[in-house]
Amino acid sequence: MNLKKATSLLAFAALLLAACQPAQTPTAAPQQPAQPAQPAAPQEQPTQAPAPQEQPTQAPAEGKRFAGITINAITFSGPQIAEPMQRRGKEFSELTGATVNVVTVPFADLYQKILNDFATGTNSYDVIVFAPQWLVDYVDYLEDLTDRVNADKDLQWDDIAPFFRDFSSTYNGRIYTIPLDGDFQMVYYRTDIAQQLGLKPPQTWEDYIAFAKAVSEAKLTTEDGKPVYGSCIAKKKAAQSYWMVASFAGAFLQSQGTSQGIFFDLDTFKPLFGDNEGFRRALELYKETTQYGPPDEINLDVGDTRGLWTAGQCALTLDWGDIGTLAIEEGSKVKDKTGAVILPGSRQVLDRKTGKLVDCTPELCPYMIDGVNHAPYAAFGGWSGAINKASKPEVKDAAFAYLSYMNQPAQSNVDVTIGKTGFNPYRISQFENLDNWINAGMSEQAAKDYLGAIKASLNSPNMVLDLRIPQNNYYQGIVLDGAIAKYLAGEQDLDATVKEIEQGWEEKTEELGREAQLAAYKATLGVQR
Amino acid sequence: MATVTSRVALSSARSAPIRRSRLERAAPALFILPAVLVVLFISIFPLLMSLFLSLSRVRFAGGAVRFEFVGLNNYRKLLLGSEQKVLFGVLDMPSPLGWVLLALVAFGLAWWIVKGARRGFPIGRIFASAILAGLAWLVVSTLFSEKGRPGTLVVTMLYVFVGIALQYLIGLGLALLCAQQLPGRTFFRVVFLLPMMITPVGVGYLFRMLADTNKGPLMPLWVALGLQDFSWANNAWGARIAVMIGDLWQWTPFMFIVLLAALEGQDVEPIEAAIVDGANSWQIFRHITLPAILPVSATLILIRMIEAFKIIDLPNILTNGGPGTATETLTLYAYRIWRALDIGGSAAIAYILLFLVTFFAMVYVRALRARLVNA
Repeated sequence: MNLKKATSLLAFAALLLAACQPAQTPTAAPQQPAQPAQPAAPQEQPTQAPAPQEQPTQAPAEGKRFAGITINAITFSGPQIAEPMQRRGKEFSELTGATVNVVTVPFADLYQKILNDFATGTNSYDVIVFAPQWLVDYVDYLEDLTDRVNADKDLQWDDIAPFFRDFSSTYNGRIYTIPLDGDFQMVYYRTDIAQQLGLKPPQTWEDYIAFAKAVSEAKLTTEDGKPVYGSCIAKKKAAQSYWMVASFAGAFLQSQGTSQGIFFDLDTFKPLFGDNEGFRRALELYKETTQYGPPDEINLDVGDTRGLWTAGQCALTLDWGDIGTLAIEEGSKVKDKTGAVILPGSRQVLDRKTGKLVDCTPELCPYMIDGVNHAPYAAFGGWSGAINKASKPEVKDAAFAYLSYMNQPAQSNVDVTIGKTGFNPYRISQFENLDNWINAGMSEQAAKDYLGAIKASLNSPNMVLDLRIPQNNYYQGIVLDGAIAKYLAGEQDLDATVKEIEQGWEEKTEELGREAQLAAYKATLGVQR
Repeated sequence: MATVTSRVALSSARSAPIRRSRLERAAPALFILPAVLVVLFISIFPLLMSLFLSLSRVRFAGGAVRFEFVGLNNYRKLLLGSEQKVLFGVLDMPSPLGWVLLALVAFGLAWWIVKGARRGFPIGRIFASAILAGLAWLVVSTLFSEKGRPGTLVVTMLYVFVGIALQYLIGLGLALLCAQQLPGRTFFRVVFLLPMMITPVGVGYLFRMLADTNKGPLMPLWVALGLQDFSWANNAWGARIAVMIGDLWQWTPFMFIVLLAALEGQDVEPIEAAIVDGANSWQIFRHITLPAILPVSATLILIRMIEAFKIIDLPNILTNGGPGTATETLTLYAYRIWRALDIGGSAAIAYILLFLVTFFAMVYVRALRARLVNA
């Protein structure tokens, strides 16, 4: 009897324990190699300099030194960016034995997915490839790469354009990311249509509207009878469209150089994306372009507008550098018909004291060209790779070698000429050496136009830096994006839109602390380029 | 001594069954306890945790997650602050039609309260009527006004009430057809069920392709109708209708299959008696079939209502909640804010949704209870 009772009690206790046992968390944590690690000291980075840049790099010199190591990487579900990561990952795997597992998520989910993973200590990802403007929110979780970068001669770090080295990759003087892409927004125009209609490339946003209107009124069609739209701009909500708005606003809001910034007043931290004539004018022009675009333009993402461009259905577009390389891909109908110019500017700029638009003067617009204030926007900053601080040392070594391999000239010089990679030039040599571009199928003139526009943006003393303060994703991706979407859809007028952005930004600023946000903002603008 | 021993033995013999019986009585509770604890852990704990989150500001900074209690600040932001227009929309003076609808609602609620007053002071009905009147005002001043614009709250209610009404009517119609002895009824039963088997995300992409007037498979049809330059996604009502059609297509089969079972399961004797008495088809349906399937219908609508309040997949895939916020539902709104790591704001929206669903479910059940009991 006692034995039975004891058995029953034991069985019950076992059941109770089993029920109360916390479930095994299904974590996607990287599987660590069973094999002992071979830590790669910084000076032993497994890369060799590609003497002639065109030769493929023999990345990790010691063969299968990372055998058994798995690198889990995350980026957005392109196919851009993910494609070269996967392709180069396979090559890297063959060379080193490491396995590169690339996880992709929709762009709108990427920011929180990474931050959630870090903050909760899940640490599923060893490598993150992301927008460098989010670095401010991630930096506590990232490996400081300064020593590794300094020791890796094969990176040819000095060949990377200073902006990407010193702004996109660096935080508080330390290097946290390896640039894989160089991003500037530019305006592209159809050279054949401009010639046909006697139009000049737009110098101001008003010119842009006039160009688009002229094409729209001409009612042009493609060879297969489809309409050619005056302007195609990706304006989809909750996508990548809020950068376009800043491209318009920059010309009106910043004229005194990069350190002036376009997002906030440097004394009060009041939003410049608010109730002033400069921002209002930018919004009006931005909305006006919709009249000359495809009927569903407000639901188009960059992939859609790029498709329309290569199909020959757009006369103008505002985009990153991807258009230049997509235009030369097989099947493109705009090869050698794609011209590129620096972002259009304005002859009037905001007087921050009065909130009014005033004509440019040499004092007010010291960097103007022919009376036009250009403010090229380093939107996004270029996809960059970083390493999780919490990853195991041997995985970090392999992860750095992988990022280094992708970044090295032998690989990146090829990748930036392929449209589907989503990578745009960011190395000085990539701007200077036209051969790569001509070999990739670009005409010499097109290459000069394309690289010239990027170089002009990169070298502009009035370049606009992206917002890089804590929770910038909320300011831009939620408040700005949401208000603009309603404005474009006709749900609310300009007054309500401006008020909504201002109120939303102010609320977030109050929540996070005005002084702290202002200090962070000033710190990013004070960068020495 | 022997007596003492025998008494002890007797006492042991008596207490053993008592102890066994206590253990046996406690055994069911003890065995069910782990399951109860698990249920409490996975349902009550998240509920309380999300309530705490809705009263907090969550920050992912400094290598950690920090919680800061902010009271009702997240609710204030939604109900009175910068997010008010997203949640409630833009209110404007109702049109004449709007006033008529409002008057009808007011009359109906007054009648409901008066009817309840016959059985005592109707505090519950007064409270419910006040909320319903407020929601009616919100609907009328955003949908039936010149400059009004519905927010996510009204858009969600639109999907729920209009969508479910249509799903029920079409589902019932199809069920009535398939309940007849028609040729091919088995085939149609299977075909009508197929949409329910597809994942909502798949339905979203399917309708996105179908509605594309420039590239989709129906492009020749749109071109033939002269709609090649029309974009449903640019038009608020076009986009809302597209979402509702997708939802209708997916969930009508659910209504259909349950109602078909209810129709086929009803007693045939009253129907035969009615036929003998000379009742026509409509009379049979109105007075016999409809009351017979009322309990099933009520449950069906309740389940769908609770589910429909949480719609997110279709508007997310089809329109991203756009144009503007025209198709954004409460759940999608919460998801959008959550993606920007405003966890507190997202939890506050979830609690507003919880309140709404519970409120409508209770009003619905109370309104139908008497009829269901009689049925």
